[in-house]
This record gives sequence, C-alpha cells and structure tokens, in this order.
Amino acid sequence: MIAFHYSRADNIADAVNQVVATSGAKFVAGGTNLVDLMKMDVEKPVKLIDVTRLPLGKVEEIAGGGLRIGALVRNSDLAYHPAVERRYPMLSSALRAGASQQLRNMATVGGNLLQRTRCAYFYDLTTACNKREPGSGCSAIGGLNRMNAILGTSDACIAVHPSDMCVALSVLEAKVRVTGPRGEREIAFADFHRLPGDTPQHETNLNHGELITAIELPARGFASNYTYLKIRDRLSYAFALVSVAVGLELEGGNIREARFALGGVAHKPWRNAEAEAALRGKAAGEAVFAQAADIVLREAKGFGGNSFKIDLGRRALVRALSQAARGTPQSQSNKKIA
Amino acid sequence: MSFSSEAANRAASHDVAPPAVSVSFTVNGIDHALILDPRSTLLDVLREHLDLHGTKKGCDQGQCGACTVLIDGLRVVSCLTLAVMTDGKKVTTIEGLAKDGKLHPLQQAFIDHDAFQCGYCTPGQICSAAGLIAEGKATTPDEIRELMSGNICRCGAYTNIVAAIQQAMGHT
Repeated sequence: MIAFHYSRADNIADAVNQVVATSGAKFVAGGTNLVDLMKMDVEKPVKLIDVTRLPLGKVEEIAGGGLRIGALVRNSDLAYHPAVERRYPMLSSALRAGASQQLRNMATVGGNLLQRTRCAYFYDLTTACNKREPGSGCSAIGGLNRMNAILGTSDACIAVHPSDMCVALSVLEAKVRVTGPRGEREIAFADFHRLPGDTPQHETNLNHGELITAIELPARGFASNYTYLKIRDRLSYAFALVSVAVGLELEGGNIREARFALGGVAHKPWRNAEAEAALRGKAAGEAVFAQAADIVLREAKGFGGNSFKIDLGRRALVRALSQAARGTPQSQSNKKIA
Repeated sequence: MSFSSEAANRAASHDVAPPAVSVSFTVNGIDHALILDPRSTLLDVLREHLDLHGTKKGCDQGQCGACTVLIDGLRVVSCLTLAVMTDGKKVTTIEGLAKDGKLHPLQQAFIDHDAFQCGYCTPGQICSAAGLIAEGKATTPDEIRELMSGNICRCGAYTNIVAAIQQAMGHT
C-alpha cells in the first residue's frame, strides 16, 4: 500500500472541500473494497477523507410515500430495516444475498454503489487492463472470462458490476442524491453507472469531489410480487454468475407492471425496456416470460468462458419471473431454487 | 549528481512514511492511545502493537473471516479495517470473551462439539458467532449456515460449528 494522508471530515462541505482540494484524494467509509484495492496497489489515493462521522446514517420517510436512505446506513442495517423488509422486500433480499454479514456490517449504501469490478485482471498488476491502466488493453477478452459480461460490452472492457443491492435499486428506480463543489444534485439510478465504451476507467457519472449523501426510493415497492434470484458457484458468499431482480404488479392473472434487471452480466444492472413492455397487459405464464427473456438475451455476446451465461441468464430470468408471479420469492437462507 | 534535486526530492518523498495519526480505542476493556501509520490495519495493530495474537491473519483480503473481531458489538473483518478509523470505538477480540476465568459459552460449545480441527479459523468463527447471536436473526441451521458464510473452515468442521452455535444459543 502506498503512503497516504488521512483526515476526518467534520461536515459535508468540509468533506467535499477536502477532496476537491487534492486531485488524488478519495472519500472512505466502510472501506471493504477500497482498502482491499489499496493493498493490491490498484487504488493509490494520496489522501483519504474519513466521512463516517457525517450525519448520513438515517432512514427517513419522504413525501409521496418513499424512503430516503442515508449514504452511511450499513448494508446489514438496511437489510433488516422494518420499513425495507415490509415495503421493499426485493431490496432486503438482494442485500442479504451480497457478501458476508461481517462485510455488510462494514459496507455503506453509498460505498456499495461505488464498488469496482472483481474482474481478475483488474486486480492483477502484471496484466493489461483498460480499467486499471487506460490504453493498455483488455486481458479478459481472449483470457479467462467466466465471470465477465455478456451485455453492453465494448472492445475495451468486459467487466461486470459486482453489486447485488444495485440490481434491486435499478428495478425500484431509486434516485441518488449527491453533494459536490457546485451544490446538490439528483441522479436517476439508470444514469448513475456507465457502460464501459472506450473509457472503462469511469464507472459512474459522479464528478471528482461529489459525495453520495442518500438514496431515495419511490413509493412503489413491489412488495407482493417480487424476487431476487442469485445464481453463483457456491451457496453463499460468492459473486453472481447471473442474478435477477423482479418486481411485478398483477391484476387478476394479468401483468399491469413488470420491471426486472439482471446482475452479473454487464458493467451496470441490466434492464431492457422492450422486454418489460412485452409483458405488460399479458397473462402471467412461462411462455410470455420466455419471450421477454429472449428479447433481453438476443443481443448478448459470449466470450468463450462466459458464453454459458446467455442460457443461464435466459433461464434464471424465466424462473425469477415465475417466482415473482406466484408470490414465492427466493429465500436467501434455504437455497433450494423455488 | 546525475539527476536534478527536484527529482531527488520526489524520490525521497515517495519513500517517507505518511504523517502518523493519533488513535484512542478500547480493546477488551483496556484503553489504548497509539500513534499509527494510516496504512495500519486493525488486524496488524492487534497482533503487532498490542501482542494480541488470537486474531488470525488468513487471506488478508476480507474473504476468509479468520480476522473477525467485534467493533462496538458488530462483527467485522479487521484486515480491511483501517485502525485510524476505529478512534473512540470498543473492540472485542477472542481474548476478551472469557470472563472471570470462565470460558464464554461459545468457547465451551466449540470444545464440547469438537468444532475445529487445525483451529486457525476458530477465533474468527467464535467472534463471528458471538456477533450472530447478538444480532438475533438466525434460528434454524440453514440461517446459521447462511449468516456464518463469511467464515471459511478449510478443515471442513462446519457441521460441528453449527451444532456448537446452536448449543451456545441456548446458553446466552
């Protein structure tokens, strides 16, 4: 780990000013990803601004029936928060599917959004990686790419975003509140993370010095018909090969609203408006779910090691839509896939 | 000199230690005031500065759970915790669980159920299980396994670890 300066921020403006003042400075809160990457010399901040003392640890009701979640709320606290369990059980389920309880006790909501990819080449300083060292090349293309992306890839990068929580936030259409040197702004969840394109080193649309202060959930929580289904190499504590978050609103047996996102397949949680629209107004059933899944996966591209994800993604999506329609969401402790 | 003094200064400044930071925290009920390099992890400070060798370094990447300790009652991995960020907090390690010469119920349960083989992961398993019991979210064996998944046991003593935790749940 390289030498770095450390200081504690007293308030939000102080935190922002300290990062703005130094180009290589970063905020730190849970540290579960940043400290790990610093040990590997992948991240080399010259200064860390500790934001854990800022007053951003509350979960509050907001006008219109939604919920505002402070950026410093722990992943574990949010997973078991009574309002989240009752009104946004898909989010609770996704949080429980991610990492381990020790890491969930450390990790914050804001930091979860800023996790960097777990692509093995990003961590391995002896290999080329456009995300770590722009212009050096992508070792995953033509390399070991079993965990890599099949959707939204570019010639520069086929990394995936590792978060489970973000897959649920994508379906819930959360908003990200940030404060920066030019004041506050709000970013729609779909606009927060970026596809790799030819600048895979930029994973989000945050500017230097902007601090995430809260996530806002709209009232619509899909509490009756939802699931978070995560397929991985072991039963717990592993990153997704493919995961699916689904929220449905049913009227009789008909689908009034359908939203779903895939994790583990792209540089950001993957939604497809055409596939969602194809379900609206239809009677819920495996045949229409398969049609929607085909729309999502028809543009998928495998790279050899990860080509199995195309079929896996299609089947996981059909299964997850069925779980949500039946009202039998996937349990995160009994791992038998319902 | 074959290179400019500016380059020399830059090379020298790259090698100097970063400014040390004062940190005060409590470990197993004892107050400590330390001056630390910001790079120090809590794990290294416990083992190298405070001679508390019960907390183990396994992967040092947050993947194995051997370094699990409790901070303000919550289980965390000490290898990914910067010690300078624990200022004002209360840390409990495996050495702090026994009280008045009597083993913690989890320690006794691990012995009763032979819940280890080599023992290297055991301090982390027991601290994690203490956190799990305090959280109160696990009741069934499935739930215990899920919420203990952050602790890897390469000897594979999982069956007995679950049994030991179930025993201790009845005693704490």
